[in-house]
Amino acid sequence: MTNHWVDIKNADLVLIMGGNAAEAHPCGFKWVTEAKAHNKAKLIVVDPRFTRSASVADVYAPIRTGTDIVFLGGLINHLLTNDAIQREYVVNYTDLSFIVKDEFAFEQGLYSGYDAGRRSYDKSSWDYAIGEDGYVRTDPTLTDPRCVYSLLKRHYARYTPEMVERVCGTPKDKVLAIWDMIASTATPTRAMTIMYALGWTQHSIGSQMIRTGAMVQLLLGNIGVSGGGMNALRGHSNIQGLTDLGLMSNLLPGYMTLPNQAEQDFEAYIAARAPRPLRPNQLSYWQNYRKFFVSFMKAWWGDAATAENRWAFDYLPKLDKPYDMLQAYELMHQGRMNGYICQGFNPLAAAPNKAKLTAAFSKLKYLVVMDPLATETSEFWKNHGVLHDVDSAAIQTEVFRLPTTCFAEEDGSLTNSSRWLQWHWKGAEPPGEARSDLEIMAGLFVRMRAMYRADGGAFPDPIVNLTWKYARPESPAPEELAREFSGSALKDLADPKDPARIVRKAGEQLAGFAELRDDGSTRSGCWIFCGAWGPTGNLMARRDNADPTGIGQTLNWAFAWPANRRVLYNRASCDVAGQPFDPRRALVAWNGSAWSGADVPDFAAGENPAGGMGPFIMNPEGVARFFARGAMAEGPFPEHYEPFETPLAVNPLSPDQPQALHNPAARVFGDDRAAFGTPDRFPHVATTYRLTEHFHYWTKHVRLNAITQPEQFVEIGAALADELGIANGSRVRVSSNRGEIVAVAMVTKRIRPLTVEGRVVHQVGVPIHWGFLGVAKPGYLANTLTPFVGDANTQTPEFKSFLVRVEKA
Amino acid sequence: MALQSLDIVRRSATTLPEPQARGAHTGQVAKLIDVSKCIGCKACQVACMEWNDLRDEVGSCTGQYDNPADLSDQSWTLMRFTEHETAGGDLEWLIRKDGCMHCADPGCLKACPSPGAIVQYANGIVDFHQEHCIGCGYCVTGCPFDVPRISQKDKKAYKCTLCSDRVAVGLEPACVKTCPTGAIEFGTKDDMRQHAAERVEDLKSRGYEQAGLYDPEGVGGTHVMYVLHHADQPQLYAGLPEQPRISPLVGLWKGVAKPLGLLAIVATAAAGFLHYIGIGPNETDEHDEDAARREREKTT
Amino acid sequence: MSALTRRQFLKVTGTTLVGSSLALMGFSPAPALAEVRQFKLARATETRNTCPYCSVACGVLMYGLGDGAKNARPSVFHIEGDPDHPVNRGTLCPKGAALIDFIHSESRLKFPEYRAPGSDTWQRISWDDALERIARLMKADRDANFVAATPEGLTVNRWLTTGMLAASASSNEVGYLTHKVARSFGLLAFDNQARV
Repeated sequence: MTNHWVDIKNADLVLIMGGNAAEAHPCGFKWVTEAKAHNKAKLIVVDPRFTRSASVADVYAPIRTGTDIVFLGGLINHLLTNDAIQREYVVNYTDLSFIVKDEFAFEQGLYSGYDAGRRSYDKSSWDYAIGEDGYVRTDPTLTDPRCVYSLLKRHYARYTPEMVERVCGTPKDKVLAIWDMIASTATPTRAMTIMYALGWTQHSIGSQMIRTGAMVQLLLGNIGVSGGGMNALRGHSNIQGLTDLGLMSNLLPGYMTLPNQAEQDFEAYIAARAPRPLRPNQLSYWQNYRKFFVSFMKAWWGDAATAENRWAFDYLPKLDKPYDMLQAYELMHQGRMNGYICQGFNPLAAAPNKAKLTAAFSKLKYLVVMDPLATETSEFWKNHGVLHDVDSAAIQTEVFRLPTTCFAEEDGSLTNSSRWLQWHWKGAEPPGEARSDLEIMAGLFVRMRAMYRADGGAFPDPIVNLTWKYARPESPAPEELAREFSGSALKDLADPKDPARIVRKAGEQLAGFAELRDDGSTRSGCWIFCGAWGPTGNLMARRDNADPTGIGQTLNWAFAWPANRRVLYNRASCDVAGQPFDPRRALVAWNGSAWSGADVPDFAAGENPAGGMGPFIMNPEGVARFFARGAMAEGPFPEHYEPFETPLAVNPLSPDQPQALHNPAARVFGDDRAAFGTPDRFPHVATTYRLTEHFHYWTKHVRLNAITQPEQFVEIGAALADELGIANGSRVRVSSNRGEIVAVAMVTKRIRPLTVEGRVVHQVGVPIHWGFLGVAKPGYLANTLTPFVGDANTQTPEFKSFLVRVEKA
Repeated sequence: MALQSLDIVRRSATTLPEPQARGAHTGQVAKLIDVSKCIGCKACQVACMEWNDLRDEVGSCTGQYDNPADLSDQSWTLMRFTEHETAGGDLEWLIRKDGCMHCADPGCLKACPSPGAIVQYANGIVDFHQEHCIGCGYCVTGCPFDVPRISQKDKKAYKCTLCSDRVAVGLEPACVKTCPTGAIEFGTKDDMRQHAAERVEDLKSRGYEQAGLYDPEGVGGTHVMYVLHHADQPQLYAGLPEQPRISPLVGLWKGVAKPLGLLAIVATAAAGFLHYIGIGPNETDEHDEDAARREREKTT
Repeated sequence: MSALTRRQFLKVTGTTLVGSSLALMGFSPAPALAEVRQFKLARATETRNTCPYCSVACGVLMYGLGDGAKNARPSVFHIEGDPDHPVNRGTLCPKGAALIDFIHSESRLKFPEYRAPGSDTWQRISWDDALERIARLMKADRDANFVAATPEGLTVNRWLTTGMLAASASSNEVGYLTHKVARSFGLLAFDNQARV
């Protein structure tokens, strides 16, 4: 979230699209209710289904799953055509005035530089034009035909209301009514928040759907302001924290990235990540990358990381390609992986195409599962009848199942969607012999280290030199780790302006990432968390809920990264002179000598606004980007492509270019392409989702939740049920080209047939929560049905749009 | 507001007056359920079961979101979902939290033949005390909202207590505390009525001309009230009665059967006892109800 | 009155009898004062925690048996929302309100278990045996398949034949340590739920 949960109460308009906050985040949704009750806010819900969010909305519109870019692209067109934009904001705080290279082009759904054979782009033309002064050329009048504004306007001119109705199936009158409501927030005194979740993420064009939403918010001046923002409602309690800590195949802590194998030169690795400003007097805060990186390497490898060995740069594995989950299962399926460890993750249930996953796991030599609960993954080798029909004798995988503690039995911090790190305390002992994940990971590590010390082996250096100065090496304490990722001085730190003055003594915790140095004298395991455990102690455990301004800024509750800032880009809530656009909900302001206010300023604290520094300090431009340059796989502007399984034969936006039917830059493995279904055999459009009574595959083990939603069902519109003769409460078979499930039919008026390209499209809803273990009624894993293809940037699977056939069971 | 026995203002099947010296001088309590804020998440159902140490059966899906399908000795509240199409063709998903209304004039208490099995406290809560319950089912007949349920385990009647054990120590009921959207609020009845008026005004500003408060007079008002978007059509919300009244059978018991006194009691004692032991609690059917209503009209 | 059927008469009076007549006959317990259920949290130990489900991160209060005395083994018996928490303000959704049944779920694992190749059952093993065996399998795979350099001579130091998924419901401290260990081994096929 750019903003935070409580801030939603300051919104004048709430758009829930690509998510279902009332069901998936009910206690966060209360702030929508507050905005409605006390701020006279209106709520818009756009969703394939009339959800429980829709049940309390002022306006609901149906949409065909996977077509959100068309709806939002049409909205961009509407805003530009009617000049419903926050002009002072977009001219000064975004790249609309930037001039783009002449070579950049877009035609029939494809951008310049496409290589169909490799399904990827040469992105060299996707960039700004640089002037003789070394900076990007701009046209503040926004009239240059090559400025981003002109290109944007041209790009989305094709996204007409009629096109939206044709592709999305949303009635045009509803579309226009919603667009007008949204356009009303272009004034500086009205704010809209967008709340989205996996309904946008889980598409082969998911990242670009989210970008389109962000572009709408930028045009309206709704980013950085209280009551506004792009608010990703993250799924798990610490999915934000684990992403922040870099537990992904290509990341390091704090959104630093692993080197590619071509990056053998340390200086080049740093330089590529520490960009110089693209406009005069911009902060381009990533220029500090070296400080973050060196402090990180010192946290992990201590004395073994030296200037001479480039801070142990070679201890880091280097990438030749992405190794995301889908890639890993593809390799496993090809028999090229031997071992796999699942820590609190149930991929047999959570990954697409269960049959492929089962076959892949069956080729492993060993599988280790750490979990508080008995997961389906841990029993992939066991026959559970029609729900999971395998031959145990034929599966040669050794499987270990290790019981772990749950939240109630451990201390530690979790980072929520608002980026708050909150400490929690242990209240009970775990059952039986269950152990904490810390103890298990440490137990594995100290054994491995002992073996490498005793026997040697392949490249033991990063293992035997890993910093492990914990009081109990086999069971490090959460407090020790929190202090380590936050960071401390390794030597006495002198004030750069006054070398005689020591600002931090060796061993002292650091107050924030501004204190990090690139000479090896500081350590911080995750620079964005720096200060969470500062010189005064554990700020994550703070519990002062005072809200002095009344707009929900509880700055002394827990700790928010970065630097305890609650609303990102908050400098953009002020005009060019540094005064709040809307004084009723001011976050920060320039008082003539410094920035201050209800939030920690997201800006250089003493920077006079007259200097023209932009509010988006992490970008070398200093402003927000409509034109993504080379940052996205499929193009600088979001373009609609159909899901990989679509009821349409052509992309209505690029009807003459077959390569633009689906995302042209998405990676598809050969077997998975063969497993895609076609509308002649699978005529119904399906989407998977969560229900409010359950949490993924956990709560089927929780009796109280099993009581409130006991048995697997699929939601089918009344029209389709009539057509197929399906009675409410009867059993239906839902099949895709990858498998089938049988479940109770819930026939509902809440899913209505949509008219798309002149014909009727029926959508089918498949809730995900059932499986072959637990206290709820046993059911099929919904991901038996889903396709094995991901977003071109994130490789997040396309769970939200695929084709099925529904029939009486 | 402590709920000690001295704070009981009425008890079932008891003619002796209760101690009357104390009263709810700071106001009676009420729960306000704002249907327009309810997202049907069932947190209230779960919190109710959790606090009261109840666990209903893991049932099955019958083609709707109502789970469990009905109130029971284990489910003292549940969400009832209705898909309603407006005249304009828009869909509304009306979700009502069902459960005891805590009537000011409680039909269950009036119908109950067992001394002290049903009590009403000065603060307005109507509570069942199972140790005195004989499982006759008269409270079921007496309830205009069809709320009490007889347990199959112990043949005793159960329903929402408004968390009398929490309210007794100054806490809000479990369902109220947990409600994520604030669709359930708790306070004095006066405060809840005032809050409801604000909510009704907001709903009217959003085009719900008929929004209103449900606090039916036929049962003397209730200590559980609803804010409805369509207060003119309460039956849209899974059959919420438009004008709830205590069943005429209860009138019969009070007006006709009771004066027969010990004579009838002695005459039928053996039969009644055997009937109960052998068959369990009685149930009335519509035919009985209609017949009784006709009788009552004739005799009054 | 005249039309009151015998059936209804019996229903009204007869059932009444059960209470009244049984009381008269002395079957009823001694007249007890009707009391509300006792408040069950009076002296329970309250511990502050965070709901482990979604990313709203509601504050929860866990009520445990015992007062922390050495001889009392703490066990959580009730959970409700933390009213001081700025986001949830005491509320909990149906998942959070049901956390007590997660802690005490019959599916909670209690002992390390092992499934041998081709077997259709679990067998219980000790922690030491499990960790020792896993570490040996990992080291054997790493030593056999570690890639120090590409054929072109690029230093890459990666281990691709074992992968790992980390838990996005684990704490930052667990995530941090897990990452540290996994990368020190050279793992690249390493993700968490943020990927899906």
